[in-house]
Amino acid sequence: MLMLGAGSLAGTVLYRRRAARRVERVDLYAEDGSMASVAAGAPGADRLLALAHELMALAG
Amino acid sequence: MLRRMDAAQALADLTEISSQVVHVAIVEGDGSVLATTIGDASRAERFVQVALTLLEEADALRQVRGLPGLSQLEAATLDGSVFVVRRETPAGGPRIIAATTRPDPTVGLVFYDLKHCLRSLDVLSTADAA
Repeated sequence: MLMLGAGSLAGTVLYRRRAARRVERVDLYAEDGSMASVAAGAPGADRLLALAHELMALAG
Repeated sequence: MLRRMDAAQALADLTEISSQVVHVAIVEGDGSVLATTIGDASRAERFVQVALTLLEEADALRQVRGLPGLSQLEAATLDGSVFVVRRETPAGGPRIIAATTRPDPTVGLVFYDLKHCLRSLDVLSTADAA
């Protein structure tokens, strides 16, 4: 029973991590090594993601 | 001065070692295309224009957020990711590499491969100048 519970919990964690990665976002990396992640819907993100979509289509 | 043939070779090496990269373009700071995997010239030109616009607008967003200078970015979409890396050349001007990948790439590995490609071009241009 304990094994089943642990397996279920691990599965839920993995599923949530994978789902989180599927959110569209832009990660900006600065020269000092810092990074800012801007998710879809945040100010400025949608314009950048629209350009990224255009690039994906052009590379198609 | 870097020869286009050197850049084409660096691009061929990159696509050979990095299976995650789908298309790539290497661009000088003035917007001239050094090499690209996109066969159609007009599509390649547009790809580079849009990549430079993405970098410019990402830099503007970076300033708004008060971050230090932008060196690279990843824009992750459901169809795949776009990577852009900017690096100063030994001669002083910037050089940019833009690439697309399949969805869920190994981000660190893609950045490493793109930066390695730019570094190899630095070595070639330094050797050519000597």
